[in-house]
Amino acid sequence: MNIAVEVDAVHQGELTNISEAGPASKRIVAGFGFWIFLLSDIVMFSALFATYAVLVKATAGGPTAAQLFDQHNAAMETAFLLLSSYTCGLMSLAVNSRYRLGIFFGAVVTFLLGAAFLNLELREFQGMIAVGAAPQRSAFLSAFFTLVGCHGLHVAVGLAWLVLMMVQLSLRGFQDKVVRRLHCFSLFWHALDIIWVLIFTIVYLMGVLP
Amino acid sequence: MSISLLGKLSWDAVPLHEPIIMGTVGGVVVAIVSILSWVTLKGYVPYLWREWLTSVDHKRIGIMYIVLALVMLLRGFADAIMMRTQQAVAAGGAQGFLPPEHFDQIFSAHGTIMIFFVAMPLVIGLMNFVVPLQLGVRDVAFPTMNSISFWLTASGVLLTNLSLAVGEFAKTGWFAYPPLSELQFSPGVGVDYYLWSLQISGIGTLLSGVNFVTTILKMRAPGMSYMRMPVFCWTALASNLLMVAAFPVLTALFAMLLLDRYLGFHFFTVDAGGNAMMYVNLFWVWGHPEVYILVLPAFGIYSEVAATFSEKSLFGYRSMVLATMAICVLSYTVWLHHFFTMGASASVNAFFGITSMIIGVPTGVKVFNWLFTMYGGRVRFTVPVLWTIGFMVSFVFGGLTGVLLALPPVDWQVHNSLFLVAHFHHVIIPGVLFGAMAGYNYWFPKAFGFKLDERWGKAAFWCWFIGFHLAFMPLYVTGLMGMARRLQHYDVLAWQPWLLVAEVGAVVILAGIICQVVQLMVSIRHREELRDTTGDPWNGRTLEWATASPPPAWNFAVQPRVDELDAFWAQKRHAFAKQDLPVQRHEYAPIEMPKNSPTGFVTAFFAVVTGFALIWHIWWMAGFGVLGATATLLAFMFRTEDEVEISAEQVGLFDRAHSVEVSL
Amino acid sequence: MSETRWDVAPGDRPSIPASEQGASAGVLVYTIGLLLAVILTITSFWVANTSAIWAPGVPAGLAVLAIAQMGVHLVFFLHITTGPDSTNNVLALAFGVLIVFLVLAGSLVIMANLNENLMPPGEMMNLKMQR
Repeated sequence: MNIAVEVDAVHQGELTNISEAGPASKRIVAGFGFWIFLLSDIVMFSALFATYAVLVKATAGGPTAAQLFDQHNAAMETAFLLLSSYTCGLMSLAVNSRYRLGIFFGAVVTFLLGAAFLNLELREFQGMIAVGAAPQRSAFLSAFFTLVGCHGLHVAVGLAWLVLMMVQLSLRGFQDKVVRRLHCFSLFWHALDIIWVLIFTIVYLMGVLP
Repeated sequence: MSISLLGKLSWDAVPLHEPIIMGTVGGVVVAIVSILSWVTLKGYVPYLWREWLTSVDHKRIGIMYIVLALVMLLRGFADAIMMRTQQAVAAGGAQGFLPPEHFDQIFSAHGTIMIFFVAMPLVIGLMNFVVPLQLGVRDVAFPTMNSISFWLTASGVLLTNLSLAVGEFAKTGWFAYPPLSELQFSPGVGVDYYLWSLQISGIGTLLSGVNFVTTILKMRAPGMSYMRMPVFCWTALASNLLMVAAFPVLTALFAMLLLDRYLGFHFFTVDAGGNAMMYVNLFWVWGHPEVYILVLPAFGIYSEVAATFSEKSLFGYRSMVLATMAICVLSYTVWLHHFFTMGASASVNAFFGITSMIIGVPTGVKVFNWLFTMYGGRVRFTVPVLWTIGFMVSFVFGGLTGVLLALPPVDWQVHNSLFLVAHFHHVIIPGVLFGAMAGYNYWFPKAFGFKLDERWGKAAFWCWFIGFHLAFMPLYVTGLMGMARRLQHYDVLAWQPWLLVAEVGAVVILAGIICQVVQLMVSIRHREELRDTTGDPWNGRTLEWATASPPPAWNFAVQPRVDELDAFWAQKRHAFAKQDLPVQRHEYAPIEMPKNSPTGFVTAFFAVVTGFALIWHIWWMAGFGVLGATATLLAFMFRTEDEVEISAEQVGLFDRAHSVEVSL
Repeated sequence: MSETRWDVAPGDRPSIPASEQGASAGVLVYTIGLLLAVILTITSFWVANTSAIWAPGVPAGLAVLAIAQMGVHLVFFLHITTGPDSTNNVLALAFGVLIVFLVLAGSLVIMANLNENLMPPGEMMNLKMQR
């Protein structure tokens, strides 16, 4: 929208602070809007976390956290996701400098690391179900699968989004809206790693404490 | 187990043996077919598609929200009057005319529809229409997402209403507490209709929240600092912040109940360690902020109306802003008062009792500010002002009963009795509904270019005001006499006289609704006499009155520059002081507006398909719906044209014509 | 453009327009963030598994480390600062954190309280579990 054009007609010297500067640019609007959406997503996760915390001892005579969780697996998953956050950051830098090869390389590595994370997680779920620790076994397991599974679902959506962004980048080049969307993707990806920090701390590390 | 192509769906799902339902469904089908036929035969379909269904204009979307809400008000009210009638007659041994299975669906649908599909769309619709105009900008931050939000809400409406004709609705009450709402005790499709309708419309609401928080914080006219924003925009900000903060909890909660019902999880079941109390806890973590989501914009409307029709600026702007934001934060600290009786210890109950009393204080500040605004002003008793005064008189008492209920010992006596029912209607109807009616009458000329008829408006108000009190004051009495809520029949004959009075009240409210329908028809018929030519029929104070009625798609020909609070009032004062004619601009620039898009409508179509399929366990159809929705969003993601340019000539033509009207 | 002097999108480094942020300075920031995060993660795993720390203090230690990790992500990866151009973003984050805290702490306190008050006495427990 062409609002910014009119603002230039205003004497810049009179503006004292951001709140009076008129409508913000699209990058700021898109970034802030996505930020607010991310906060809503984090509130949703907090409801799932709260439920997990309430139900963590409700094992109904079935397997407990200490019996089920493999810390090595969790450590690998953490490593993959953290590194993918780093490579995503590098990808953002490449976007800023409009360095195509860097962007695609960063995207590919980020994707592979994210996919590796998901692979480990799916195997973990499969393994648990195979020994009878399915989500239908107890409230604790329902809560675990939902919390960790919801995060995994977000990662999967993120990976799909990344692929779409690379397609769009190659088709459309560095259009403003493509750059904005890439920026939103990196916000999303970093936020997922932040949530994972909470998951591996509260679910895996605290879960296996005596 | 045979797997049918249509899941659980069969012809048995249509309740052919229920005359009331089939009669209603028949009537609704006839009405819909007639309207669609008339629209098609008159050739309006291309216009409607181009200008309304695919519109991303906040003004059009706002109007559609309100139309949706008012239609659903009729359904929700029909449920209400059926309940009142049932309770008026089903005393002693009498069974009334509604069997329990039917009655249970009615009270569940009544609550669900009134909260989610009447009150929410009313306030969201009014915010949609007004906020960008008041902020002096051309549209919201994310116009296509705005359209998606509306259509997802409409999807929820459609699914809930479909339950009348195909299947059944939940019989659990509008909160759907487990274990009753679990598969074991509600094996039918009713709870699934409830859950999927609300999950789908909940996404719409969340996106709306994101949209408006971003718009209000990042898109305001130059010079409009936070403390120069109209109070309605502050209340809109608080309400939308709460939407962002509360709706995700509901989404997570319903997802958990759906997992229990569909995949045999054990979040809230009675066995395998489930904890039904966690549902109640999380439901009200959402539920209490929800009522503030509804009432805060209504408070904003009262502020605007009080100031405009007293010809005075709002008293205590700063304290209004502080009170609004205080309510926003405090609303997240009181939720346990909805389940004082669930067994928490005295200290926990006491904590939430105290916070529940504290939250009444900022509202009290607001009431005093409205009173002081009107005091000493030249008050014009127009219809919006009547609704406002009716609110002030009633809401204070309703709020006081709330303070009573905030005391755990008192609540233990009257929880889930009609006293409680009377309380929350006593705050919601005068609070939210009267505010929506005031806003509807106040901003109608801006939206459509002509005012609503005053006489029928006043009649409607008095019917509502008197009817509301007749309908609900007796319920306080029966509640104190021990009558529980949601009773399909009762044995205590002493309650019946009071319930008969309540029935009369419901009929008077019906008269009020009829007056409003008549008001609309009369106003349309006499629209030329009621025409608003200047765009400022009430001598308003805020920027929406600086535009034509209705405003052009681009709202403002040139972005307004704001220097103080009540920006339009200030503009008029300066113009008057300088004896100026309305500014004749000679230079117009082309304006880029967001392009209309079918994304919202089509996504919602697939959402309905998916929801219906999931309810009836038609898995292939659900997959199709999800794929369709995904494809639609991908199509939007890859579209090449985002904007439409409005030429400078077109802008100039409109603006000059409007300036001429204003100066006449 | 002037907007970068006034206001910044979340995730953009303040005071410098996105297009002008030097690549090498950026890489340094992300790398430092990664290293800090790795150190904190390894420490968390060690804390959870060692007997060198007083057992009741372990959950608190893990919580502190988690918060520190989130802080590292916010500062080094998401570039959240307390500068005047980042105020909206920080306020929004603070609001989110407040809500999360209220939901988590509130729910935990309430549910623990309810469970304590409503748990059946010891001898009834076995009957329940025998379903």
